[in-house]
Amino acid sequence: MRYDAIIIGAGPAGLAAARAAKHAGKQTLIIDDNHGPGGQIWRGRDGIELKGVDRRFSTQITDLNFSATQIILATGARELFLPFPGWTLPHVLGAGGLQAMAKQGLNVQGKSVVIAGSGPLLLAVASNLKKAGADITLIAEQAPWSSLLHFGSQLLRWPSKLTQALQLFNINYTPNLWPIEAKPGEVLMSNGKTYPCNYLACAFGLLPNLELARLANCKIENGFVKVNRHQQTSVQGIYAVGELTGIGGLEKAEAEGEAAGAGTATLGNHQDFVKLLTRTFKLRDELKQLAQPDTILCRCEDIPFSRTTQCSSMREAKLQTRCGMGPCQGRICGPILEQLYGWPSDSVRQPLYPVPLKSLIQS
Amino acid sequence: MPHIVINGTPHQADEKTTVAAALMNLGITSRTSVSGQPRNPLCGMGICFECRVTIDGIAYQRGCQVEVREGMEVSTDAI
Repeated sequence: MRYDAIIIGAGPAGLAAARAAKHAGKQTLIIDDNHGPGGQIWRGRDGIELKGVDRRFSTQITDLNFSATQIILATGARELFLPFPGWTLPHVLGAGGLQAMAKQGLNVQGKSVVIAGSGPLLLAVASNLKKAGADITLIAEQAPWSSLLHFGSQLLRWPSKLTQALQLFNINYTPNLWPIEAKPGEVLMSNGKTYPCNYLACAFGLLPNLELARLANCKIENGFVKVNRHQQTSVQGIYAVGELTGIGGLEKAEAEGEAAGAGTATLGNHQDFVKLLTRTFKLRDELKQLAQPDTILCRCEDIPFSRTTQCSSMREAKLQTRCGMGPCQGRICGPILEQLYGWPSDSVRQPLYPVPLKSLIQS
Repeated sequence: MPHIVINGTPHQADEKTTVAAALMNLGITSRTSVSGQPRNPLCGMGICFECRVTIDGIAYQRGCQVEVREGMEVSTDAI
């Protein structure tokens, strides 16, 4: 089957793109490696409308070896993790990570949860976990009050976001606070206090999943895919929508998806909000000094911080220590090394995920 | 409720639950790291591979991307 539009990623941006493409009369296929549509924000939601759109779920894209008139990348974002002692313990997950687990069936009823890190996601996670029965004892935001007050005043420009922020506000929200060390069943915070918790849900913001865009040679600028008003990348026929072009949330994702699918220009100026988020939740330098010599940086290969200090690039770290050489292929430790040392991790090659040898032979 | 087998022992899991969530609900860590540490999922969204398990004989499956099915056999032997 030859498709007019192939959309990769079935979160809000990809779904909006698929519906708009279908509406514009395009033969449309949507692909996601999850077992159903929704991305993370609508994970597990029933009744997502995709009439007339061909779909392939539980499908990992390991290479861009297919063609269509238009390929729309909507691969979303992942969380940025920073290493601190104890972050590899079984009760420590990402913030969005614990939320994703709760949405896929993890029972958090009656569990005490400390949420820590940075960004508006922390409050959204707190609200969702509370609805699922968890006891949210602390929400620690590393940004200072001054940044957050400025953010609040700027939100007047986006009334719907302001309303959402007020709805999500939680009495346990504490700015200027971050984790120092996790131990089984508890976490020591930067105020010197230890908080008991069944789960520590911790992440320091979102990063775009750039692997496919890089494989397609799309131009990346300041960490995001560069697009024009029609969401087209620097490569003819390849479009990027949603968090790939800037971390800006649901409204931006849907507006960009719709424009790319329909072939129109994106309405509204979403990049102002992207910039405001970046400025508000800028990471403080102390967070990059939490790792101790024996703190693990690469969780796949268990490479401690001390083994990377003699290296001068990601490539050297890979060759000398196997850091970033495990199954996640540096998706978690690559951004960590970039934060700690400033090393870019921009090399990708197919297959983008580990695949059985059988699949390679068959292809 | 689907019946699943984890490391040779029969268990029951809730409907519409992923393998990664089912393991956490049962208090079973998803893998043991190369230096012997117990690990659980980190990202919950198919990126970090901490939830990698063997499902029905196929290694390196991400437990967070696969829902439990009746009769499924899971092994937490991935390194």
